[in-house]
Amino acid sequence: MRSAAFWMHDRRLVAGILIVGLFAAMAAAPWLFTSLDPAVLNLEGRLTPPSPGHWLGTDSTGNDVYTRIVYGSRTTLGTVIAVLAIASLLGIAVGSISGSIGGWLDNLLMRTTDVFLAFPPLILALAINAVLGRGLRQTVFAVALLWWPAYARLVRGQILAVRRQEFVESARVIGASRFRIIRHMLPNVIDPVIVRLSLDAGFVALTAASLSYLGLGAQPPTPEWGRMVAEGQMFLLDQWWVAAFPGVVLFILVVGFNLIGEAVGDRQDLQTRGSTATVASPAKEK
Amino acid sequence: MGPFVARRLLQMVPVLLGVSILTFALTNLLPGDPARAAAGRHANAEQLEAVRDRLGLDRPLPVQYAMYMGRLLQGDLGTSLTSKQAVAEELRLFFPATLELLLATMVIAVSVGIPLGVFTATRRGSWADRAFLGFSYFGVGMPVFFMALLLQIVFAGWLRVLPIAGRLGLETVPPPTFTGMYTVDALLVGQWTTLLDALRHLLLPALTLAMAGTSEVARITRRSMLQALDQEYVRTARAKGFPERTVWLRHALPNALLPTTTVIGLQVAFLLGGTVLIENLFSWGGLGTYAWTGIFRMDIPVIMGITLIATTVYLIVNLGVDLVYARLDPRIRYE
Repeated sequence: MRSAAFWMHDRRLVAGILIVGLFAAMAAAPWLFTSLDPAVLNLEGRLTPPSPGHWLGTDSTGNDVYTRIVYGSRTTLGTVIAVLAIASLLGIAVGSISGSIGGWLDNLLMRTTDVFLAFPPLILALAINAVLGRGLRQTVFAVALLWWPAYARLVRGQILAVRRQEFVESARVIGASRFRIIRHMLPNVIDPVIVRLSLDAGFVALTAASLSYLGLGAQPPTPEWGRMVAEGQMFLLDQWWVAAFPGVVLFILVVGFNLIGEAVGDRQDLQTRGSTATVASPAKEK
Repeated sequence: MGPFVARRLLQMVPVLLGVSILTFALTNLLPGDPARAAAGRHANAEQLEAVRDRLGLDRPLPVQYAMYMGRLLQGDLGTSLTSKQAVAEELRLFFPATLELLLATMVIAVSVGIPLGVFTATRRGSWADRAFLGFSYFGVGMPVFFMALLLQIVFAGWLRVLPIAGRLGLETVPPPTFTGMYTVDALLVGQWTTLLDALRHLLLPALTLAMAGTSEVARITRRSMLQALDQEYVRTARAKGFPERTVWLRHALPNALLPTTTVIGLQVAFLLGGTVLIENLFSWGGLGTYAWTGIFRMDIPVIMGITLIATTVYLIVNLGVDLVYARLDPRIRYE
């Protein structure tokens, strides 16, 4: 473990953690941030401009936009965590099997990742989500299905890099089972996975919000930022606050994730440069 | 070059097969009745039976897949549930508008992104460089559908300088159809006012889509320029007394462009997704709007048709990227 000081002098990282931390706090304890209910029907108070009672105004069902944003952080962060958990676990499983067993299975699995990577990302997610039907769970599944191949390839590459190292050879010599050998190798491949997770979080948030914006993801009355932008865009010129604030908030969260991702990624570059970092031919990296 | 192209084309075959298996699996293997998915929610028992028979849904799966492949190869992508028209025919109608938008976006992203990347790399640490880095967070992090709304408010709502919707003004007669892209067609027959009108309509949606791509192209160009400028051959060139401009543009840039090419290819994938998100907002009658109505009505054949055409475009672009790569970097050709 590095000391806190090692990490904290990177201002990008501090800013990113503050931003993501704020939304994480909102998601964990929304009642600390607002005392209102995110989903009620209050037609008398609909589309009122920002005021002391409703900081960011109300939407077309009379709901407080600020409250819906606070509760919406739950939807977005929950989606990001679920997608990345599924994608990385699946990717680690496939990648470590592929890399350590090799042969035709490796070939088959890698050609499968090729196929998934051949689709434009949002389009594939959209197709899967549409076939599965509207809903947040379907969106999580669709986006996770989009992201696992990247992790599978990353882990496979790492496994290939460590499998000729001495500790693996020794494990093999003393007759450790395949599964046990994989278990020995995994801790060595985990760092790049973490870096990748931090780099991907922002894109996952954007993709999930895009699907909800298109009407495929979270369904009303679940508060979701992309969906809120879609609902608000018809009042854009007169009641701009309905669409504007959820859009801004989504943007801020994505920037927060990206700041963390870049800081962590640069740190990884510095640590590995010249040692295990190999420059792959970009023409094959697809 | 010839063998390289042949090998590269051959590599596409298994991927294309895999793509068709995946789309087949998506439409036919998931829970739910594929006949109902193809015939629509309101089909009666007789219609369902007819669809089942036509798609061969009572046959074994490999036979079904073979039939599906056969239909695909004949260009039959099924029938839209809502319009009852052939999906392939509708795609052909909507494709040129999207292609026009994509090309315009790429022109902006490349012609702004590469010079911006070179400029900021050669002035590393200056205020311009830092301002650009700040801006690039904006470009990459901004949801494209929200960017579209912002630009519409500013340029169409407040400044009232650009049209907000459509591909041509109401009074403008579309040019005769050659490519289906209004700007190109107007240019071909020399209708200058039509061309100008089409360009004005193209500008906002293209700018919206180009925001992320431009930032990304510029970031990668900047980074690889910085790496190139660290290399020994640059020091050699400087030592020989070449002017700094020559070192940048003739020595460092050609090498720095390799990663940029990759990024440009990857950007096309995001643009294809982006058109789905913004075309409807701009009333741009292309694939994106078609996809949007398909999603709205849960018209699965339409969505699958769009998936297939977008993936084909993306694969072709990637092939192009690899060919450009082989041109830029002779080592790849002779591998």
